Amino acid sequence: MQSGIFNTSYRGDMRLRQTGPQKFRLVLVLAFAVVFPFIADRYWLNLANQIALFSIAAVGLNILVGFTGQISIGQAAFVGLGAYTAALLTSRLNVPFPLTIPVACAVTAAVGVLFGLPSARLKGLYLAIATLAAQEIIIWFLKHIDLFISGVGESITIRPAQLFGVIDLGSNSDFSFYFVNVLALIGVVIFATNLFRTRLGRALIAIRDQDIAAEVIGVDTVRYKLVAFAIAACIAGIAGALQAHYRSVVNWERYTLDASIAILSMLIIGGLGSVSGSIYGAIFVVLLPAVFSNIGLSLQGALPEINRIIPYMQTGAFGLAIILFLIFEPEGINKLWKNVKDYFRLWPFSY
Amino acid sequence: MEKFVQLTVTGVANGAILGLIALGFVLIFKSSGVVNFAQGELLMVGAYLSYTMIERFGFAWPIGVTLAVIAAALVGVLIEHLVLRPLIGEPVISVIMVTIGLSALLRAIIGAIYGNAPLKAPQVIPNDTVNVFGALVSADKIWAIVLALAMFVILTGFFNRSKEGIAMRAVADDQQAALSMGISVKRVWAVAWAIAAVTAAVGGILLSSIFGGVGLDIGLIGLTVFPVVILGGLDSIPGALVGGFIVGLLQAYAGGYLPAQLGAAEVLPYVVLVLILLFKPYGLFGEKRIERV
Repeated sequence: MQSGIFNTSYRGDMRLRQTGPQKFRLVLVLAFAVVFPFIADRYWLNLANQIALFSIAAVGLNILVGFTGQISIGQAAFVGLGAYTAALLTSRLNVPFPLTIPVACAVTAAVGVLFGLPSARLKGLYLAIATLAAQEIIIWFLKHIDLFISGVGESITIRPAQLFGVIDLGSNSDFSFYFVNVLALIGVVIFATNLFRTRLGRALIAIRDQDIAAEVIGVDTVRYKLVAFAIAACIAGIAGALQAHYRSVVNWERYTLDASIAILSMLIIGGLGSVSGSIYGAIFVVLLPAVFSNIGLSLQGALPEINRIIPYMQTGAFGLAIILFLIFEPEGINKLWKNVKDYFRLWPFSY
Repeated sequence: MEKFVQLTVTGVANGAILGLIALGFVLIFKSSGVVNFAQGELLMVGAYLSYTMIERFGFAWPIGVTLAVIAAALVGVLIEHLVLRPLIGEPVISVIMVTIGLSALLRAIIGAIYGNAPLKAPQVIPNDTVNVFGALVSADKIWAIVLALAMFVILTGFFNRSKEGIAMRAVADDQQAALSMGISVKRVWAVAWAIAAVTAAVGGILLSSIFGGVGLDIGLIGLTVFPVVILGGLDSIPGALVGGFIVGLLQAYAGGYLPAQLGAAEVLPYVVLVLILLFKPYGLFGEKRIERV
């Protein structure tokens, strides 16, 4: 299908999708995304919204882990921070919905830089443990936020969001927020894909591949690592702010270490270092427990026992999926999809 | 004064158990460079195994504990064979994620078999109260300290004197040199994982005895292992014990003296962790890693 690309202009050379089939696949995916909310019921809409929000957080984390090589198991804490920021802005200061998102992004980016400071001295495992500590400290802060801001309960409830004061997003929130979330996801994906065609992106990749060599040729590794942390945290903050408005309730229990590990596993399963991989991973990890509960519900007649162990089957399947992917396909679903495309591209000369 | 003594004893007892778990962690890291995020789950497996042997199968507690420890060692070897061998040479993030996946899987298996409700744990160590410096302390904590220290002494002797132990130190130091001297690196790894599972199991048995019950979240204490090993140094065995005592005492004093709604006991180890990472990343006893291009 794709043989030799002959561009006759710079503009053509810089296109994200070069060949006809690539453009066709993209149009198909976008068409499906637009049509989906009209044909899906509430349950699947809810799942789709979750996938969109997790994808945003996963793409943010991929910029940090997959492209800059800094391991971080604290992403969910930043999502939570963004969510609480948006909630407090809406409930205390009556900030309109569209404005809470950039503010949440800015706040989380600032905290992200703070917790990225250890990366100046630490690498690999030590950095992972530092981000683990950051996760726990931020969650403690959110859990005990009543010590710092008076009159805040365990969860914060906010009124439904209104876009430009006109469109009320609260009444049919699954449906209306779907478009908001998917638009945000598309924005973040375009941002991330284009980031790695800029000087900043190339510096980040250099840091991942050979950071000492990068430092030698003049890439300021400390500064760029902090920028990577800030970007990842900001995108997580966007996801958190959107989630706060989508669910109208924020609670710290959603953003614990388990959620961070889930987001990291989305990267691993989908493919580290690939933006579309984050989305595949998010789809896999969100749909896996749903698939299991559906199987459990359908088997309930035959084996009533199964109801009790469904949550354990979900957790077990999740752990097993991570292990099997890492043993058999460490580059994730993205690599599997690339293998499929390559097979057809080279057929019948697959050697 | 009495509160201080009680808090100190609790802190030292928890610290000794933490030190045991950290010892297993350090062992695996030293010999194979793997970071075992599943150490807390190994502790849970050990606690549940001892519950099964003593309560479900009805063995007397010495036999039950021995059987549980042997079974835990087998689980450790199995994990090393099936899960860690295929990942030799993969980047560190893959190995971390595999042990995280393993911890989820272990929790799921134990939960599916035993259910969610906490179970009454067998009383393996005597429970009566004892007078220490004028304060009333329950004896099982003293026993936990004694047993943990005893295990440490045995394991240190093992590493310094026995052939297997010296082989492990050799593999930890330089794998290729050890291979060329005829040491079976695979066997050393299997032994390391077995010992780590055993120390975690003993820690789990002691913890469940002190708490009087065993529940699915007994493995959460495994997360506190990270501040301990970073404080002590990721590849230092005495560091694991010292780090354990420091973190255990810190948590006990924070819980006892600071107001409860501050929740300080849970977060203080992580604050200490961040400070240590910023100022002395290799811990109190760890070896400095020099990266050469």
